[in-house]
Amino acid sequence: MLDSALGDRLAQIIADHQGLEGPLLPILHAVQAEWGHVPPSAIPVIAQALNLGRAEVHGVVSFYHDFRSEPAGRTHLKLCAAEACQAQGARALRDAVLAAAGLDAWGTTPDRRLTVEPIYCLGLCATGPAALLDGRLVGRADAKSLAKEALA
Amino acid sequence: MRAFVPRDASARAVGADAVAHALATQGAAVIRNGSRGMAWLEPLVELEIGGVRHAFGPLAPSDVPALLKSPARHPKALGPTEDIAWLKGQTRLTFARVGLTDPLSWDDYLAHGGTEGLRAALRLGPEATVAEVKASGLRGRGGAGFPTGIKWETVRTAAGPLKYVVCNADEGDSGTFADRMLMEGDPLCLMEGMAIAGAATGATKGFVYIRSEYPDAVATMQAALRVAQAHGLLGPSLLGEGPAFDLEVRVGAGAYVCGEETSLLNSLEGKRGTVRAKPPLPALQGLFGRPTVVNNVISLATVPWILAHGAPAYAAHGIGRSKGTIPLQIAGNVRHGGLYEAAFGMTLGDIVALAGGTRTGRPVKAVQVGGPLGAYFPPSKFDTPFGYEEFDGAGGLIGHAGLAVFDDSADMLAQARFAMEFCAVESCGKCTPCRLGAQRGVETLDRVRAGDPKALPLLKDLCDTMRDGSLCALGGFTPYPVMSAVTHFPDDFALKEAAE
Repeated sequence: MLDSALGDRLAQIIADHQGLEGPLLPILHAVQAEWGHVPPSAIPVIAQALNLGRAEVHGVVSFYHDFRSEPAGRTHLKLCAAEACQAQGARALRDAVLAAAGLDAWGTTPDRRLTVEPIYCLGLCATGPAALLDGRLVGRADAKSLAKEALA
Repeated sequence: MRAFVPRDASARAVGADAVAHALATQGAAVIRNGSRGMAWLEPLVELEIGGVRHAFGPLAPSDVPALLKSPARHPKALGPTEDIAWLKGQTRLTFARVGLTDPLSWDDYLAHGGTEGLRAALRLGPEATVAEVKASGLRGRGGAGFPTGIKWETVRTAAGPLKYVVCNADEGDSGTFADRMLMEGDPLCLMEGMAIAGAATGATKGFVYIRSEYPDAVATMQAALRVAQAHGLLGPSLLGEGPAFDLEVRVGAGAYVCGEETSLLNSLEGKRGTVRAKPPLPALQGLFGRPTVVNNVISLATVPWILAHGAPAYAAHGIGRSKGTIPLQIAGNVRHGGLYEAAFGMTLGDIVALAGGTRTGRPVKAVQVGGPLGAYFPPSKFDTPFGYEEFDGAGGLIGHAGLAVFDDSADMLAQARFAMEFCAVESCGKCTPCRLGAQRGVETLDRVRAGDPKALPLLKDLCDTMRDGSLCALGGFTPYPVMSAVTHFPDDFALKEAAE
């Protein structure tokens, strides 16, 4: 169950978007912007408001890479893993950043300080390798300074 | 002194904001324009000297004091912007305003030909507008290459009280950024194109579906929407004389497959982005079951130019059935990357030559054309002219015209494996050849890597199944990068076998 403050905010988000044609994705984006993830407890409330099944809403949340069911680490780094950045050293950048963070694969550090995930193309293909650090675009990314910033 | 500093994401990602701030605090009148498309020079600053824009780049904030003191002698001076060879060689029709204007300035838009296309369309009326688009030879720039005018004709003649125009701005192909640059550099042009599509087909509502990986494009489009509505480019009566047409900006959620038009429609409706079987065509039963024009950003943004200058002027460019211009996006391991709009017909080798070699200085081994579903071309195929049929004939596709260049350190088996891995991650799960085939493809390529001699014939068989049996281009075209790697770079696959 949501506590009442959360419930009020969620009701407001739903009310703000319910008049749109196809309101579910805009609602989920707004929920994630508010809480950093889509709390599983929000799903039945959204389903009820849109006259959908819980399974349908869960199915949508789980389909899209962007929607998370738990929050990311305090810093959120996404590294481009697509071909044009691969040609510019994205694999080496990934390995160096993960090593600096003490991770052996994409994911979140145990202290939840940092989440490092792949992203497939930021459209910065001629100024790669590219990254997205807490919503800020980084081009010509350099492993050393990027890791330093991400772990600061 | 007027100083132009791009607000394009490719410039901001390498420090344009700090440069703009330094210029503004040191007395320059800063205008945030779109990017000129010369990514290796970003942040590229232009100063207006004697009425002529001079380029400097790439600039850091520390360069600014010397720049303002004596621009002519600055070590990063590149001369008058328009004289730079990269720009001089282009035929900029779709991107005519990008980099020149402040993308959110209505006055700039009007001063550079904005609204002329829509005015012409309103004069012509729906039927003649569609005929003009047909005559121009414009085809879908998202990659499928379907004639835009024929699609519009289907929607125009479809019965229905409610029709939609949907702009596919889910530009997910790696190596492509033309949609992003257009939306960040000339968003009003896209909106004008959508308004023309609406007026021509009887649609009154539009959606622009932008991928979430493009936060700057989303913000610029949302700001431009308010400008367009305030000046009647959108609204209850187009330019005060036409029918009603308005639009909304919607944001994707990180699913590559939503670049496929039927997945995109499902996503807009608030569903999982799974592919729909065709028929019914979206033109007849699209968004919420209504007749819907679904076009790529570049297709729509080219329409205003065609209406303003006439179909023959557009069709005069290009080769064969590939008419007009194409914004090439040159990326990957290159010295000079960026956007280069040219008439169809340049050879792949000519395009690669624009890049001035690889950034690492090593020889070019392969160029992937058309994103993750595009073939890897070896230098022996560099004589292929850039056109839809020409690339199809060479075993590839032009896709959204992105080129990712690789040097000789590229491991083509790893690239083939990535293609399968990407397809497995991004498959919507609707059809079996794609959902399971991609997973089996990854495993089969691992067997090739391990030296299993039976794996390669199996891979070829699997690729045939995926190509012929998938519902959409994701599963259907993933065999392009895989099989082109196998065919053109056999050493990368055979060596592993020998190493067993």
